[in-house]
Amino acid sequence: MSLFSRKPKETVSITYISHTGATRAVPVPVGASVMEGAVSNSIDGIVAECGGACLCATCHVYVEESCLGLLEPVAAEEEAMLENTCSKRLPNSRLSCQINVTKELEGLIVRTPEAQQ
Amino acid sequence: MAAGVVIAGAGQAGFQCALSLRAEGYDGPVTLIGDEDSLPYQRPPLSKGCLSGKTDLDAIDLRPAAFYETNRIELRMGRRVESIDRQSRRVTLAGGGDVPYEYLVLATGCRNRELPGVDGVCYLRTREEAAAIMERLETSETVAVIGGGFIGLEVAAAAAGHGRKVSVVEPQPRLMQRAVGPIVSGFFRELHERNGVQFAFGTSAVDLSADMIVAGIGVVPRTELAAAAGLTIANGIVVDSRLRTSDDLIFAIGDCAAFPSRFTGAMLRLESVQNAVDHARCVAGAICGREAGYTAVPWFWTDQFNAKLQTAGLSGGFDAEVVRGVVESGKFSVGYFREGWLIAMDSINQPADHITARKLLAAGGNLTLHQAADLTFDLKAAV
Repeated sequence: MSLFSRKPKETVSITYISHTGATRAVPVPVGASVMEGAVSNSIDGIVAECGGACLCATCHVYVEESCLGLLEPVAAEEEAMLENTCSKRLPNSRLSCQINVTKELEGLIVRTPEAQQ
Repeated sequence: MAAGVVIAGAGQAGFQCALSLRAEGYDGPVTLIGDEDSLPYQRPPLSKGCLSGKTDLDAIDLRPAAFYETNRIELRMGRRVESIDRQSRRVTLAGGGDVPYEYLVLATGCRNRELPGVDGVCYLRTREEAAAIMERLETSETVAVIGGGFIGLEVAAAAAGHGRKVSVVEPQPRLMQRAVGPIVSGFFRELHERNGVQFAFGTSAVDLSADMIVAGIGVVPRTELAAAAGLTIANGIVVDSRLRTSDDLIFAIGDCAAFPSRFTGAMLRLESVQNAVDHARCVAGAICGREAGYTAVPWFWTDQFNAKLQTAGLSGGFDAEVVRGVVESGKFSVGYFREGWLIAMDSINQPADHITARKLLAAGGNLTLHQAADLTFDLKAAV
């Protein structure tokens, strides 16, 4: 068994909506993060300066209210960074690098804020 | 072809500069030239997520190919700038061709310092080198690491995590000596030892019987191109507080640039994502007519086993270190002071402290030793 064997890449559909309303639904592999799904599909509005290390708060998204229940709660690390978002933090604010894509997230909708930095 | 911005080097700094130029509204041609074959990618995961098996090596591109087209960034990968003609404002590429520039940004990065006289040693700076280490790790039972700095320790932690028998030699008396104080060094030594890693200090004698040898003994700035063009070099390409080299039309950013630090009061060269990104943004702003001095607070991080160390500021030359929290709990911070002013903070699994420390340092580091040690004192109140 290889240490670094490739995982099978099942995907789910995630919808990103910009602050101007531009909407794109793209396939994102299970196991990736919602941030990685945005970056690899050139979604505007997600900067992800630190590359997903939860260190910069430039991958801030607002999660569609109806999807909030699908997500793991905010961990301490993410909580600390959420205090530093450029656009206003709201109750449905998350850092997309900390949302790990699972099969259950099929159809997830997130909105990107007006500014990240 | 109209002259635009030419960026030599497509690592984190070069990539970010191209991105920020477009974000700032620069409308001229942007050419990003890199000597590796693949799309620009992130380096931090190479020694972190990729080695531990969490992140695929092919999932670390900074952006997909289409992004560069959409943003009119002309990407020339697998190419290297061979020379700069400052008179005619053109760069010549190895293998032929030249590109005119209005401004030239040098983001040439570093190369590994190599271990003399030992063959078959692995190094870790590029995606290719990470792939080679991963391949060797599959069949190696014992791993000898030379250098107890960030890279060496991240490799050691990943290898131990895969059940390999790991030994680390460090010529200095303690781990990560250049970056952290003795308390944090000691914490990481214990953490590694608990996970089976063995250390030898004060030596660089390599265990040649190990199945694989990895050296993380530092990097050397790539300054040859700048030097040949007659730019000033001193431990890196020398720039002023606006990140301009001795030629007003040429900037240097990221790992290769030696800049006057607001924090140390001396010339400084930093190897970090933060430095690369903030340098790039500063220069993109200058090119777009919004020139400003470079004042960003340095920060960096490392992941080893279950510990995430986040550092804000530069602790070199501290005269007091103060623990905030309990070291044995694995969640604590250490504040570093010089003449009563906070100059840096290391936070282990304490992200909130780290974020606040960044703000505190940006505001001047006005925190007392007593406040740093007092858990009932909210650090945010000092910002």
